[in-house]
Amino acid sequence: MSDNREQFRPPNHPTDSFLLTTVVGSYPKPKWLNRAEDLVDDETHDFDDDHLDEAHDDACRLITNEHERAGLDTVVDGEMRRNEMVEFFAHRIDGYEFNGPVKVWGHNYFDKPSVVEEVSYDEPWLVDELEFTTGVTDRPVKVPITGPYTLANWAFNEAYETEAELAYDLADLVNEEIERLVAAGARYIQIDEPALATTPDDHAIVGECLEQIVDGIPKEVRVGLHVCYGDYSRIYPEMLEYPVDEYDLELANGNYEQLDVFTADEFTKDLGLGVVDAHTAEVEPVAEIKQNIRRGFEVVPPERLTVSPDCGLKLLPREVAYGKMENMVQAAREIEAELDAGEIEVGYADRHAAADD
Amino acid sequence: MTELVATTPGLFPLPDWAKDRLSDLKGHQKSDLITGDETGPLAERYDEIRAELTELQLDAGLDRITEGQGRWDDMLAHPLTVHDSVETRGIVRYYDNNNFYREPVVTGELTPSGDVARELDAATAQTDALQAVLPGPYTLAELATNEQYSDRSTFINAIAEFLAGEVAEFPAHETLFLLEPSLIEDAPESDFDALASEAIDTVADATDAAVVVHPFYGALDETVYAHLMDADVDAIGFDLVTDHEQNVYNVQEYGTKESVALGVVDGQNTHVEEPEHVRERFDWFDAQIPAQEFSTAYLTSNTELFYLPVNKAEAKAETLATAADLEEVTQ
Repeated sequence: MSDNREQFRPPNHPTDSFLLTTVVGSYPKPKWLNRAEDLVDDETHDFDDDHLDEAHDDACRLITNEHERAGLDTVVDGEMRRNEMVEFFAHRIDGYEFNGPVKVWGHNYFDKPSVVEEVSYDEPWLVDELEFTTGVTDRPVKVPITGPYTLANWAFNEAYETEAELAYDLADLVNEEIERLVAAGARYIQIDEPALATTPDDHAIVGECLEQIVDGIPKEVRVGLHVCYGDYSRIYPEMLEYPVDEYDLELANGNYEQLDVFTADEFTKDLGLGVVDAHTAEVEPVAEIKQNIRRGFEVVPPERLTVSPDCGLKLLPREVAYGKMENMVQAAREIEAELDAGEIEVGYADRHAAADD
Repeated sequence: MTELVATTPGLFPLPDWAKDRLSDLKGHQKSDLITGDETGPLAERYDEIRAELTELQLDAGLDRITEGQGRWDDMLAHPLTVHDSVETRGIVRYYDNNNFYREPVVTGELTPSGDVARELDAATAQTDALQAVLPGPYTLAELATNEQYSDRSTFINAIAEFLAGEVAEFPAHETLFLLEPSLIEDAPESDFDALASEAIDTVADATDAAVVVHPFYGALDETVYAHLMDADVDAIGFDLVTDHEQNVYNVQEYGTKESVALGVVDGQNTHVEEPEHVRERFDWFDAQIPAQEFSTAYLTSNTELFYLPVNKAEAKAETLATAADLEEVTQ
């Protein structure tokens, strides 16, 4: 277990057992925020950037509180200020330019930026966001940051000989940002690297990036890595070498078919287990989520299990996103009580105890 | 003297106004994508899009003009995803890209639909230098799932017959590009490499135009290339952007057709190449094959252009046209 996990146990937690509950980050925006973002582009309207900033603040407060109300141990502001996970950062990093939207599928597009010169650190990316969020909640705040490999891989590279060189330069910038975030009080950072799932052969590049990212970051700062929608057998067990405390993985979507990948070699870090599907609009019942949580015990003991949705919830209707979080937390709390009462047989513990005999 | 012909593999990005307008008219979900029977305002918008994409190519000075494939929501899977005997299911990844298409599942007999021919017919109003574009039969079979035909060979042959039926309905065209990225990305195992070439023959036989088979995202395995050389086509394409060495090796070892297509502009990067540099890529390739003077060399982007923002796709088309028109560079 990572030594930095216990700091997230809420005061007066009712059980000895503690499953850390969290979310990946993104959350559906309130409809009025989408309207506000449209209005600011409308020249016939006097709604300006200051008004939009205020709208973002309101939305962040609202969603952070919604996370609190769902009972999460660590909260996020739902990434209300971010439009898209690469665009948001590319706008803040010198060296990127935007030429227009490109197709992802059907009529879904993304403003894929181009790296046209060496990237460099310009303005802080997330410090204001963190300070605002910590000001509106008593719960610990998790900060998701798009990882350097994804920032490189999901852009056009015009400036670097190789994508790896671009990723390494970006990793230095992410490191600089995390240092600022830590100075501002951050204790839980999540690096999002969805691109790793699509190009698993590059796992060594991601590893090198992570070494650069955590350089000089104190051990009490918990660093997680989020990867989703890929073939994990192509990055496991190699990824255990990464200098992170926790791996947050999408597994509910595939009904845990890939769980065996993580039992073949001992999972030596903390596991952030996806226990609700981020792309089905039905709220899973508590009983089903409890079953999913118990699948996690096949890989790690309870003190190394984090409970999370598969991925960001932003594509769901908001009431469904809330329902999933609420049921997820209730399921975790019930499992904790059952663990305390000795009612749950933990497969992992059994398996490894047997191996010790 | 080799005639240099500037062209593209088609599949242009939609104009930005059309991206918004079509998603308003159709929606964002997979069930909202094209069905092939669009009418009214939607059909009118698609007519405007085709005219605009055609005009863009004419303005750029390309020597072959495609209809732009603005309707191809599912990229190269399009001829199947609009077919009545095909169901579309989940969204699946399009090769090694961050792009997705609807999985076409063939559940009935594949008969000619005329979908591609209708677009080409409309484009003839704007150009005499028409280039038709289709997925090659192996690629289309690889992108699809078969629930109709008894086995994979029968399925590939059925796809080839279907494509040949589509080609038979085309208006007069100068060139037919058959895009075959799957020959590289999902190379046929033995038994199927010969079949892939025979399937290409089936499609090529349906037209009098020059037929170019264009594999991309790298270079063909030697065996696959050797079999492809058996196909009765006018030119094979080589993606010099992704892998110039293996491509040149294949030509040096196994020869090539009388004409050649060269992917000399990167369809997946916004960096716009200088025309002189593009021309040097042709000259370099030509110099590696001293034993042969090509009848025609088609200068093209290595991949389709939909990966790019509109301004860059347009600039790449202009680069190709300028490169083909440059005075011969003396070595």
